[in-house]
Parts: sequence; structure tokens; C-alpha cells
Amino acid sequence: MESDPGIPSRNRREFLTGAAACTVGACCGAVPLVSGLIAWLDPLTRGAGGGDWIQVAEVASIPADGTPVRISVVTSRSDAWTRESAVPVGVVYLRRTGPAEVVALHSVCPHAGCFVDYQVDRRAFFCPCHDSTFAVDGSINDPRSPSPRPMDTLAVEVRGGSVWLRFQNFRPGIQAKVALT
Amino acid sequence: MKKLIDWIEQRTGLQGLLHEVLFERIPGGARWRYVWGSTLSFCFFVQILTGVVLWMAYSPSAHSAWESVYYIQHEMTGGWFLRGLHHFVAQAMHVLLVLHLLQVIIDGAYKAPREVNYWFGIVLLMLTLGLGLTGYLLPWDQKGFGATKVATSLMGIVPVIGPSLQKLVVGGADYGHHTLTRFFALHAGVLPGLMIVAIAAHVALFRRHGITAKQPYRKPEARFWPDQVLMDGVACLAVLATVVYLTERHHGAELHAPADPTQPFNAARPEWYFLFLFEFLKLDFLTQWFGHHGELVGAIVIPGLVMGVLSAMPLLGNWRLGHRFNLGFLAAILVGATLLTVQSLRSDAANPGFQAAVAQARTEADRMVTLIRAAGGIPRDGAASLLKQDPATVGPRLFAQHCASCHRHGGHDGLGIVSAEPPSAPDLRGFGSAAWLRGLLQADTITNSAYYGGTKFRAGKMVRYVREKLPKLQASEPVALEAMIAAVVAEADLPADRAGAADRTTLVEAGRRHVATTFGCTDCHAFRKPDEEATAPTLTGWASRDWMIRLVGDPTHVDFYGSRNDRMPSYLKEGRLTERDIGLIVDWIRGDTDPARWLTGPTAMATNGVSAARR
Repeated sequence: MESDPGIPSRNRREFLTGAAACTVGACCGAVPLVSGLIAWLDPLTRGAGGGDWIQVAEVASIPADGTPVRISVVTSRSDAWTRESAVPVGVVYLRRTGPAEVVALHSVCPHAGCFVDYQVDRRAFFCPCHDSTFAVDGSINDPRSPSPRPMDTLAVEVRGGSVWLRFQNFRPGIQAKVALT
Repeated sequence: MKKLIDWIEQRTGLQGLLHEVLFERIPGGARWRYVWGSTLSFCFFVQILTGVVLWMAYSPSAHSAWESVYYIQHEMTGGWFLRGLHHFVAQAMHVLLVLHLLQVIIDGAYKAPREVNYWFGIVLLMLTLGLGLTGYLLPWDQKGFGATKVATSLMGIVPVIGPSLQKLVVGGADYGHHTLTRFFALHAGVLPGLMIVAIAAHVALFRRHGITAKQPYRKPEARFWPDQVLMDGVACLAVLATVVYLTERHHGAELHAPADPTQPFNAARPEWYFLFLFEFLKLDFLTQWFGHHGELVGAIVIPGLVMGVLSAMPLLGNWRLGHRFNLGFLAAILVGATLLTVQSLRSDAANPGFQAAVAQARTEADRMVTLIRAAGGIPRDGAASLLKQDPATVGPRLFAQHCASCHRHGGHDGLGIVSAEPPSAPDLRGFGSAAWLRGLLQADTITNSAYYGGTKFRAGKMVRYVREKLPKLQASEPVALEAMIAAVVAEADLPADRAGAADRTTLVEAGRRHVATTFGCTDCHAFRKPDEEATAPTLTGWASRDWMIRLVGDPTHVDFYGSRNDRMPSYLKEGRLTERDIGLIVDWIRGDTDPARWLTGPTAMATNGVSAARR
């Protein structure tokens, strides 16, 4: 075929037009596709925020006997176009472990992300999704617990009688405690 | 007429197309087993129709999604029925998909040359599951919000790409406006669009290969029209009748209270057709065999493998025993899924805590409607803002959290959870009523666990008085006791007692004298005048709103228990609760929950204005 003097030029022409058509088509398609993709990937550029120290409670307001109290962490937050100045961004359990020592446990179950409820009568944390419990200090006390790790603790500081903490969310379902960023 | 038909035919070839559609050959004649595909097409058509109308009334944002669905459900004419149809047809589709898949596998309709068509069917199955998953979130109620949180968390455990994938689906690091806009775009745009393409390809390929007729033929070959069309029509009607029945019976789809990430939602469960997966993740072997990877294996790897085998069935079917393997595999999966679903439903039915949570969720959903109606609409801050001011909703939650370790309310913690431990303080249901007080003043009940049984006062002066002195007084003055009770209860001024208060004026007047004289209550308690020597809680304003707020705020105050206080914390003084929170608990205990009392915002004013103008 290539030895035929008449056809190669036609083939070349056809190849060139074909290539040109594909390029033009790809350009036409690429612009809307890529611009759409870039905007769609926008969430990846958004951080979780947080990590600031937030005052959440007074030490005196937490029972001295070690019973956890449920506290909403209230701070400013942006949700896309809405800016809210005082909105609950999460819920933690605060527990006194000494006169001026406080432990904060995240209310989100490290297993699948359900809301862990402290049940007064069981003296334990209870996750309704898989009917399993955590001890009052957040450790796994249920042999059938599907959770890969104990309840997540948060960094806490007591400053002049007030409890401050750095609120973060953590990735559920894995053994390592990794903050969501 | 003929000319018009010819004109259209020449330009469109419509007749030929119609002919092809209606006169498809069916070897062996029409049969009921061929109806499943048509019922599914019918369901999809209903979903498009109802979905588009719902779309016209739906507003996807964290501030308006629940509110717009509330409006569809409770205000729009026929809205609940439309939403109910959409909800129950979605459920029917999942059932019909399984039946269709079963028929295709049993009849061997997935074998060469129909492999590609079978794969389109698998794609349609996954798209339907995706539509169910995305649709569940859109009302932005407690149930959908909780379930979606779990589903997206599971997405996050996929190795490497998981966290990014989760962020893209959720629309950021946290749940909010963009979670809804993204889910809605998927639910109403991307997934149905893909579905239309896949259905078109599925039907076109089906036509190309023709029906897989079930051997042996029972009847001579027939055409699609009219016998099979009639059967398909009857099947669609049966599906529709079932759906309409379910919609009527449940008054449409449930709408729980608005999503509130600060409240535990112990009634969290996925939609029933995902229950088997939910229950599967609870199985012990996952953690026993795979340790910390149990979740990944259970939620991603095993379902992925099952889908893989399902997709490979046309290829497996070429082996000698392939078809039998496929049948066995599908049967095993279906039996397993059914058993897991039954197991999940049974364990929930036998779980009083879960049942209490479900009842509580229903109560809150109903209360939400009452509040919105009382407010004459939803204020700008959203429906949840009404719920947060409502003593009937917040009161029991706070009670369960702060009071129920010692007290009870009707035997439970306010939210229906019955503790195994005996209470160590009085049961406060009906506190301030004559019935409650009568129980306290009876020798055989005062040391019950519902009164002083668990407190240190069980050996106190009041118990001794009720046991030793009161029965004698009661015997000589039976009328006086009722008058005394009426007088003390009048202090409480409970909303439930206000109706007959005027008729009891004389009784109360007499009772007030008996408090001081006949029964000598004022030997220890102050009553309607300052008494510096009083050693027991004041009866002035007993169980009134103010009295209760002050007592909860600081029971060690001299007006109450002073230094003789048992274990009750000073909730206000210690900063454990705000005065507003204590007020909400007290209003709830006192049954003072009429929203008209606290609905004083612009909305309530506006409605009052409207009703005044109407008058």
C-alpha cells in the first residue's frame, strides 16, 4: 500500500483531517469538563478549620465524682456561604479526674461516626448503632465492640478555673487516631 | 386521517418503531414471569414524575431543606401523598430489582450473547441503591442525617482515596449546605440521568437479543401486544396498589425532627433495605478474623467481592457447573440478607432502649408540627429554633442528663429509658399535684422509692410525722387533710389545676388554717409568711415555677434544705445549668408546656394580628 504513489497522500490527508477533528473536539469538550472538574474538586481545598482553643465550661460545673457531662462546643463557623458566630460545632463529654484535671471525650463514635450517648444508669457510654458500650473513661469495655479504638480524647487545658479545649474531628473506622484536616 | 398518519410516518418512521415495540416476538406466549422489567420501568417513570413535582417544592440548604419538606408533608395539598408515593415506590423498586435479578438468573437470561445487557442491569441496580442512599438525606431530619453520617464515614475508610472521596461527597470537611446541594444534584440530576441512559441501553439490547423464553413452551408463539402488555399492566397496577396502600396506612413517609448534631439520636437505623449490611457489620467474625480492618472488610471488601461475583456471573455461567454455582450463590446471598434483616428487626424489637428512642423520636416529630402550627409558621431561624425553646422537648432531655441519675419521671429517665438501678430521690412525675402530695403523706408510701425511699430523709422527721402523728390527725379530721392538701397544692398553681381553682377557694382558705393549726406543718415549714425558725423547705409557693427554679438552683439555701441537704447539687450556684435550662426542666415537670406561653416572637405576633384582623 505504501508503495502506491496515489493513495498515501490521500491517507495522509485523511489522517491529518481526522487528527484535527479529534483535537478540535477534545478542546471543545475539555474546557467545560475541566472547569467543571476544578469547581467540583473545591472541597479538597477546604480545611476542617478548628484547632483553636475554645472555652467550654467552668471546672466547678463538672461533677467531682467523675460523672461525665455533655457539653456543646460553641464557636464561630462557616458553612459555605453562611457565617455563624455562635454555633455548636460538636459535642464533647467532660469528666473530672482530679480537683483541676479534666478529660474531654469526643461524642462521635470512633467506629462508624454515630453519636455516643452517656447513660447515667449504666455508668457507661453507649453507642446505639451497634449496641456497644465504652467505659466511663472512654476505653472499650465491651468484648463484642466493633470499635477499632477507644473514644477519642481532645486536648484540654484548665486556665483559672475554666476548661479550654482544642476541638477536632477524627477519622472513624481505623485504628489510628487521625484528625480530619 | 390516513394522510396525516402517512405524512408523519414518512418523516419519522414512527409507525415502524411502534410496530417493533408492540409486536416483539414472544416464543411460547405471554407469561407472568416476564413482567418484572416492565414494573421496574413503571416505577422509574413514577419516580421521575413524583420527583419532579417534589423538586418544585424542595429547597436544598441546611437552613431550608427540612422546612421545605415539612411544608410538602404537612401544608401542601396532597403533598404527603406525593411524598409517600415517591418514598414507597423507591422501596418497591428495591424489591422488584431483586425479583428481576432472580428471574434473569433462574431463566439463564444473562448468558451469551446477553452479557452486556446483564451488566447494564447490574449498573441499574447500583444506581437504584445510590438513589436510595442520596434520597435518604434530603429531608435533613435526624434519621437521614444520622444514617448519612455513617454511610459517608464508611466511605472514609477506603484506603488512600477514602478521606478525599468523603470530602468530595460531603462537600467539605463538615456536613452542611454543600452536603445537601451535592446529594441533591446526584439524586435529581446525575443518577437519574445515568439511569435513563442505562435503561435505554438495557431495553435496546433486550430488543436486539429478544426475550429469553422459558422452556418448555406452553403456548404457541405470540406478540408482545396485547397479552403480555395486559399482564405487565396488571403487574404494574398491583405494585401501585401496594404502594398506595402503604402510603395511606403510614400517612406518607415519616419526617423526623430536624437534624441536630448536638443531640444523640438513639433511634438511628438505615433504611430497611440496607439493614442487612448494617447487621452484617455487627457480626463478630469481622473483628475476630480481620481485627482492626474488620470495618473495611465488612463494609467495602466483602460487598465489593459480592458485586464482583454478581458481575462475573455471565462469564462463570459458561463453565459446566457455572449456572448452578450462580444460582447457589444468589440464593445464599438472598437467604443471608433475609436472615440478617430479620435478625436486625428482631433484636431491635427486643431492645427496650431502642423502642423508647423510637417512641421519643416520634414524639419529637409530632411536637415539631404542634409548635410550627402554634407559631403560625416556621421562624427565620429554622424549625429547630422552636424545638430548642420548647420545655416539652428540652425538659426531658435535660432531666435525663442531669437529674435521672437520682430522680425518675414516671419510673423512667424522662426519655423512656428504665434504669435497672433503684432511684435515690423522688419520682417527679406529677410533682405539685394533689395526687403526688397525697402519696407523700401516706405512711405506707412515703418510704417508697418514688418518694423518700432512696434518700437520707427516709429516717427523717417528716417520715416519722407521717407515720406516727398524721394517721391520728387524719382519723379525727378526715376533711381537714384534703383541705390542707388543697391549700398546699394551690401554692403550686399547676396549669392542669387552674381550671377548677375558683371552685376550691373556700376549701383552700380552710386548708390554709389547717396547715398551721390542725396539722402543725408550720412547726417546721414556713407557710405564706416569713419564718426564721423554719427547719424544712418553705411551703410558700411550694412547687410553683419560681420555687422549683430556686430549689434546683440551690437546695442548700435556708428556704429549702439548708445544711440538711442530701446529695442534690446546687445546679445554678455550681454553674451546672443555666437558669433558662432549669426553667425548661421545671416547666416540663409542671406540665406547663403550652407553646402560646413562650411564643412571643414576631411570628406569633403576626398570627395574633391576623386572627385579630379576621375577628
